[in-house]
Amino acid sequence: MSGQGTATVPADPLTDKPAGQRARTAGRPRPPTRDSGWWAAVLLLPAAVGLLVFEIWPTFQTIYYSFTSWGAFGGHAWSGLENYRTLIADSDVFHAIVNTAIISAISLLAVPLSAVVAALLSLPGMRGVTIYRTLYFLPVVTLPAAVALTWKYLFNGDYGLINWLLSKVGIDGPHWLSDPATAIFAISIVGVWGSIGYNMVIFLSGIRGIPTDYYEAAELDGAGRVAQFFHITVPLLTPSIFFVTVITVINSLQAFDLVYLMVGQTSPAITRTETLVYLFYQRGFAEHDGGYAAAIGVLLLLATLILTAAQFRLQRRWVHYG
Amino acid sequence: MAESAKRRFRHPIAHLVLCIGAIFMVGPFLWQLSTSLQTFGESVSVPPTFVPTSPQWSNLSTVFGALPFGRELLNTTVMTIARTVGQVLFSALAGFAFARMQFRGRGVLFAIFLSVTMVPYQVFLLPQYQIMQKLGLLNTLVALFLPGMFSAFGTFLMRQFFRQLPMEIEEAARIDGANIFQIFSRIMLPMAAPGMIALGVLVVIWSWNDLLWPLVVNSDPRQMPVSAGLASLQGQYTTNFPVLMAGSLVASLPVIVVFVVFQRQLMSGIAFSGVKG
Repeated sequence: MSGQGTATVPADPLTDKPAGQRARTAGRPRPPTRDSGWWAAVLLLPAAVGLLVFEIWPTFQTIYYSFTSWGAFGGHAWSGLENYRTLIADSDVFHAIVNTAIISAISLLAVPLSAVVAALLSLPGMRGVTIYRTLYFLPVVTLPAAVALTWKYLFNGDYGLINWLLSKVGIDGPHWLSDPATAIFAISIVGVWGSIGYNMVIFLSGIRGIPTDYYEAAELDGAGRVAQFFHITVPLLTPSIFFVTVITVINSLQAFDLVYLMVGQTSPAITRTETLVYLFYQRGFAEHDGGYAAAIGVLLLLATLILTAAQFRLQRRWVHYG
Repeated sequence: MAESAKRRFRHPIAHLVLCIGAIFMVGPFLWQLSTSLQTFGESVSVPPTFVPTSPQWSNLSTVFGALPFGRELLNTTVMTIARTVGQVLFSALAGFAFARMQFRGRGVLFAIFLSVTMVPYQVFLLPQYQIMQKLGLLNTLVALFLPGMFSAFGTFLMRQFFRQLPMEIEEAARIDGANIFQIFSRIMLPMAAPGMIALGVLVVIWSWNDLLWPLVVNSDPRQMPVSAGLASLQGQYTTNFPVLMAGSLVASLPVIVVFVVFQRQLMSGIAFSGVKG
């Protein structure tokens, strides 16, 4: 509201009067730097203050909390490395790391699948691209809670569509989500389903950046579509492939909604599906052990930073094709 | 004629593969839709019911009667609008300053913003909860959106958009005596509209779908968003699949509509921030 006022009031007098021009022709060109400082401060203020209060300060505070132990009544006291010692010995944390590795590995199936989808959609003269793109992207935008309930029904051991389809080919499907041996696969399949669309969009824009003469030259040399895919598309997509791989691992690290809604704390399969963020929520907000939750948060932060750093480093090495 | 017929039938194998894939992608949605109109008996029949014999619209009224579901949809809407307006507005302002203004400490400040984008948001949750507690905002609608109104990623995205815009128009306006704020609001903002829409749609999707922060900060069902509402619906109607599917459908439909309307901007925004980020 106040911004609107300042925008309209000085607009006309300034543009009508030649004041600005006179100053310029008088040999005193006003460099943008001079009045910019104040304006920049005004423009930056809301975002900077908001981020300082709600993100930057909390990050340091969480790191500090990870070295404290929390009492039952909300107070906390310095406890040094105690939380980290517990963390290393905590079988739940170990499970979470193993689970993350499994979820990541299965979710990475989505990478080649979406590369193929993007390559097919990029074929010259391909029809219906917009429709396919919309359908494949739909799972990405859909409320994870709704996705969880729907897949939970599909995976239901007695009435689920998946087990009925399996029974048609003579397989007696398990109780996917309550069976500790299968729950993580069920969740990971939902992860694959939900990430194909995002990967596809990244790959589509990557393929658009590949010069078409490469394909034309390959065609003249007699290379078929499949050979073109493996010898032109895949090598030139390596930056996108790496980006998508890292994003998939980071997303697996942060998986929460599907574990919380499809498995849940009381399920026998929870230790075989829990992730770091799920543990963080459970310890910090269900059990009110803020110090320990903070240590899990720091672990999550370190893992994410390492992955991001690896991505930057390797992307720089690979990105020179364009 | 022969030419167009030939074009229509190009790549039949590609279409076959893509259609099989599309069934996997869309199947769960169709199953959800079909089940939401079935009777309980149909939903647990073996072999499964593919098309409900007579649509059970009463499943919808069960959903709205079971929970403060309408209220929760409203909460989600308010949360989504407030976060989106906040992030788009504040990110546009800051992004413009980073892209087009010279000031001392710009590099350092931008580096700080960039490093914030790398921190997983779960790391903020404990202190954010304490701030809400100190402000007496626990179990309020304001708590759902206040910390989510600021975005380092949004600022970064808007900076990239502003940097792409041509310098000449801005210089011409400057010569005509326009000040920075006029240049921003009259010239740059309209030109950056596609970027703001892309960011806006991303924030709409993230906010609508957020579950963890609402679970942390609120517990009163009347102050919860619909994502958490579905969790409690599941608690009440464990295996009443038609009711659960009807609730899922209603809760996810608004953001699907937003996606279908703005998909072009959304996908260009993802490609822009993803590959060039």
